[in-house]
Amino acid sequence: MNSRIAHIATNTFREAVRDRVLYNLIAFALLLSAAAILIGQISIDVERLVVVNLGLTAVSLFGVVIAIFIGIGLVSKEIEKRTLYTVLSRPVRRWEFIVGKFFGLAGTLVVNTFFMGIGVFGALLYVAHRFHASDALILVALYFIVLEFFIICSLSLLFSSFSTPMLSAVFAFSLFVIGSFADDLRGFAAISHGLTHWVATAVAYLVPNFSALNVISAVAHQQALSPQLILQNTLYAAFYTVMALSGAVLIFERRNLK
Amino acid sequence: MAAIEILALEKTYMVGFWRKRPKRALHPLNLTVEDGEIFGFLGPNGAGKTTTLKILMGLVFPTAGSARILGRDWSDPEVKAQIGFLPEQPYFYDYLTAHELLDYYGQLSGVPAKERKRRVEEMLSRVGLQDVKGVQLRKFSKGMLQRVGIAQSILHDPKLVFLDEPMSGLDPLGRRDVRDLIEQLKQEGKTVFFSTHILSDAESLCDRVAIIHKGELRGVGAVEDLTSAVQGKIEVIWQGTQIPSSMKALGAECYVSGETVRAALPENQQDAAIDALRRERIRLIAITPLRTSLETYFVEKLQHSQTTAGKTS
Repeated sequence: MNSRIAHIATNTFREAVRDRVLYNLIAFALLLSAAAILIGQISIDVERLVVVNLGLTAVSLFGVVIAIFIGIGLVSKEIEKRTLYTVLSRPVRRWEFIVGKFFGLAGTLVVNTFFMGIGVFGALLYVAHRFHASDALILVALYFIVLEFFIICSLSLLFSSFSTPMLSAVFAFSLFVIGSFADDLRGFAAISHGLTHWVATAVAYLVPNFSALNVISAVAHQQALSPQLILQNTLYAAFYTVMALSGAVLIFERRNLK
Repeated sequence: MAAIEILALEKTYMVGFWRKRPKRALHPLNLTVEDGEIFGFLGPNGAGKTTTLKILMGLVFPTAGSARILGRDWSDPEVKAQIGFLPEQPYFYDYLTAHELLDYYGQLSGVPAKERKRRVEEMLSRVGLQDVKGVQLRKFSKGMLQRVGIAQSILHDPKLVFLDEPMSGLDPLGRRDVRDLIEQLKQEGKTVFFSTHILSDAESLCDRVAIIHKGELRGVGAVEDLTSAVQGKIEVIWQGTQIPSSMKALGAECYVSGETVRAALPENQQDAAIDALRRERIRLIAITPLRTSLETYFVEKLQHSQTTAGKTS
């Protein structure tokens, strides 16, 4: 990685840590511990399923909230506070700034997910007393969740490069919700006709397909995941992230920083 | 080679929400700053100083025109390794300490690690922040932040330093420190381009100044020339508050200031004035050619532009 991008990414990560973003891990740990103890007492034979479902959903939601609320401020906050002036007056290209910011936030979310993943496995061990070979699938689910974060980070950055933080949050969260139902949208497009068919198809393929990245239920039920799906989702997330980041760079390259 | 060459640089913003209309922030600006000089960019608030600086820093894009900095196009990122910039009322990452911030900027400027460590310490000492280098910037006062800003602008040993209102918001001691620093930079052979609306600072520091008002260049020249002697007039200064009637008869314009009197009068009346003061046994302090101050020049340029604008409208 270009050294300037690495320095910007490191500084973004340091900002998140010093702004106590990782404190969410405490809330997550408390939530999961309480759930594990409660579930251990009230459920019979489905403890694993409930803990995996609850744990992974919490990992996803906590991460999405962080990705959106930090992502939307990555550029706009720097413009508003004018911290960007002393960065861009150095030999830093605008695209390097955007990419560095992305990696900084993505790194924060990876670290966050790593610790939350340990929490999920800890809770699982507490209720099931031992690990099964199928528990390795949780790692795949966590990987898909991280891919989901990358897409949301890049989208937040894209919106942040031309809009206000409030509108960016609305756009990013709306896309997250719509994208979570992308499969249903594609189903609707398939059965509709005329103009509705074309509009629904266009929207269904334009919004990020988060439903393809959501394998929480399958993993909770110990259903196998094909290597093809892993490859497909990896390529899809990489493509979508690069596209959104390219959009952010294109807009930001032309923006006057008044 | 000129340090800065600005060629017909122009900026028009589109303002309004529904019906966008153009608002010209900078009329075509032509300006040259020579290598090694301290150049003052003067103008009242909203004159276009910061817009010009932002264009040169690549923060705002010009509508037309171009600029060359150290012989390269303003948009060339490589040129930025050789320039330093202090924005107006700077704000920095307040979760960092002064040491961390300077180290970060050193990294972005491409200063090698070993040299960076030495230079960061050197800069902290130079701006008097060595004792608080481990304190987060959110606990810094405005004056301390300005010092951090100056340190970051010269950290990478740039050839050309842009300072936007560097004395703004500083107490008298802080202003003196900044003045000393600018003079040191000149001694080190650096070119300093600074914008200000504090004319006394510009008069005492600058080799040349440019005056900008409402986005238009109103005048440019060496401070010595702009404050040049008023043709055929002298200033006589004497001790006391007494103004002899014989001085008034010579057509002198007298001003009492504390324990001295200043009188402006025609050059050919010099001997008569000395005789008049001797007769009254008044102690003469000085006789000098009368010079216009930079402030007088500045006000004249601004008033002239307002008059012209009034006539054209």
